[in-house]
Amino acid sequence: MMAPHADLLKLFAGLAAVLLIASLAGHFLARRYSPDGSNAVIENLNARVNAWWVMIIFMGGALLFGRTGIILLFGFASFAALREFVTLTDTRRGDHWALAASFFLILPLQYYLVFIDWYGLYSIFIPVYAFLLLPIVAALRGDTDRFLVRVAEVQWALMICVFCVSHVPALLTLQIPGYEGRNLLLIAFLVVVVQSSDVLQYVWGKLAGRTKIAPRLSPSKTVEGFAGGALSATLVGAGLFWMTPFTPWQAGALSFVIVLMGFFGGLVMSAIKRDRGVKDWGHLIAGHGGFIDRLDSVIFSAPIFFHLVRYWWSLT
Amino acid sequence: MMELPARAAAAAITLFARFITAVRADWRGVEPVPRQRIYFANHVSHGDFILLWSVLPPNLRRQTRPVAGADYWLKSPLRRFIGRDVFNAVLIDRDRASRKDDPVAQMVEALDGGASLIVFPEGTRNETDAPLLPFKSGIYHLARARPEIDLVPVWIDNLNRVMPKGEFVPIPLICTVAFGAPMHVSDGEEKTDFLARAEQALRALSNDEEDNAESLAESRAENQEQRT
Repeated sequence: MMAPHADLLKLFAGLAAVLLIASLAGHFLARRYSPDGSNAVIENLNARVNAWWVMIIFMGGALLFGRTGIILLFGFASFAALREFVTLTDTRRGDHWALAASFFLILPLQYYLVFIDWYGLYSIFIPVYAFLLLPIVAALRGDTDRFLVRVAEVQWALMICVFCVSHVPALLTLQIPGYEGRNLLLIAFLVVVVQSSDVLQYVWGKLAGRTKIAPRLSPSKTVEGFAGGALSATLVGAGLFWMTPFTPWQAGALSFVIVLMGFFGGLVMSAIKRDRGVKDWGHLIAGHGGFIDRLDSVIFSAPIFFHLVRYWWSLT
Repeated sequence: MMELPARAAAAAITLFARFITAVRADWRGVEPVPRQRIYFANHVSHGDFILLWSVLPPNLRRQTRPVAGADYWLKSPLRRFIGRDVFNAVLIDRDRASRKDDPVAQMVEALDGGASLIVFPEGTRNETDAPLLPFKSGIYHLARARPEIDLVPVWIDNLNRVMPKGEFVPIPLICTVAFGAPMHVSDGEEKTDFLARAEQALRALSNDEEDNAESLAESRAENQEQRT
């Protein structure tokens, strides 16, 4: 256990204050407009706020335990996400070994490689080694029915749920001059920007949403919600520059990239849900659907954020 | 009251089942209340009753006993410990020729002792592609013997993918346990009619049927979509 950085405490105090206000407002709204729990929007809002508390407590707990805590937390998130993803695929008995290897070998190994900071291997382990080895394992089982679809599904599941998610804890391995010992704040920055973008898009969409962006994919996403949410989340990110190695402009630009990737990531994951005929990936977090429903924006933004920061700021 | 090792084993088995399947109960037709019931479920794996048992509230678990084949659960000391001590199973002899006890009488005795039961009316694990095997008549005789007790259909979904026959490493996948509305045998109902009705009630809970129900619930889903 290490002493948390003062900036981290500041950030968590700020988040707790925002959530406290949200909880109080939700409580007041519920008493006023939905005393019998009949107003779906207010009930949903309160379920979301409660789930936020759980998430921030988990994140805070993991951050207190430093690198090990973060890696275990995201390793478990990967596991839960992979479990949801594979549930919705059309894998068959012939994929049993490949799937068992994905869950019990590749996933732990990927996080172990991040833990020991072996960038050269963890950045290609799933895209190269798993990509080539798992179809071999599946082929050995001899079931050729829809073979290409099945191996592609397994590879996609691993890329999305394990490879991309592992780039969040991988932020801890970057060596940025003058920023030593504060890398946890990069994770906090990424997560806060992504999540505030989700929330702000929701709020802007509710307040000013008119024009649907992708009516077939995600009827709730509107141009107004996206523009308002993206710009205000970019401002939030720029305002958080003090906890990053970036200038306010750089923090804003990176936030904008994070927000864009998060938005389009949500769109892609919605397309998969439509394809599979489900509304939510799972039911793990009350009011938030499954793990992937909450992680989809992080999944798409984490690797890009990681590589941008690594290329321009890190020594390694 | 359960012995300590049995309680520890029960907790470990439940935790493991949740880790692998993130199992969720879907109480569609009944509430999880302390009321004597006969749960009848589809049977695809040895994990079926464990999953069903795990989603019951703890106070219900203690009085809910699975009915299982003695030939399987008495085979080794470990199985005996799990079957008898941990789950307090009602072990029946499935071999008609050699058995001494009447399985229905054993189940009735357990019901009279106040327990709820978990039964698999297909009689054996379903390893075919059909959703259900034809029900054996035991459940009819049981329903006739204690007609006042609720028969609750329970559909266990996805467990066959978690652990297909012959594999020993389970694949983590999300499973659902759906509880339907209680049913009873009617006065003078024929055996075949009752068994067909029970099979129908169970199949109605499976996912293929759920798709129909889902299109009905489209408006509600649309509502949900609004918030994501």
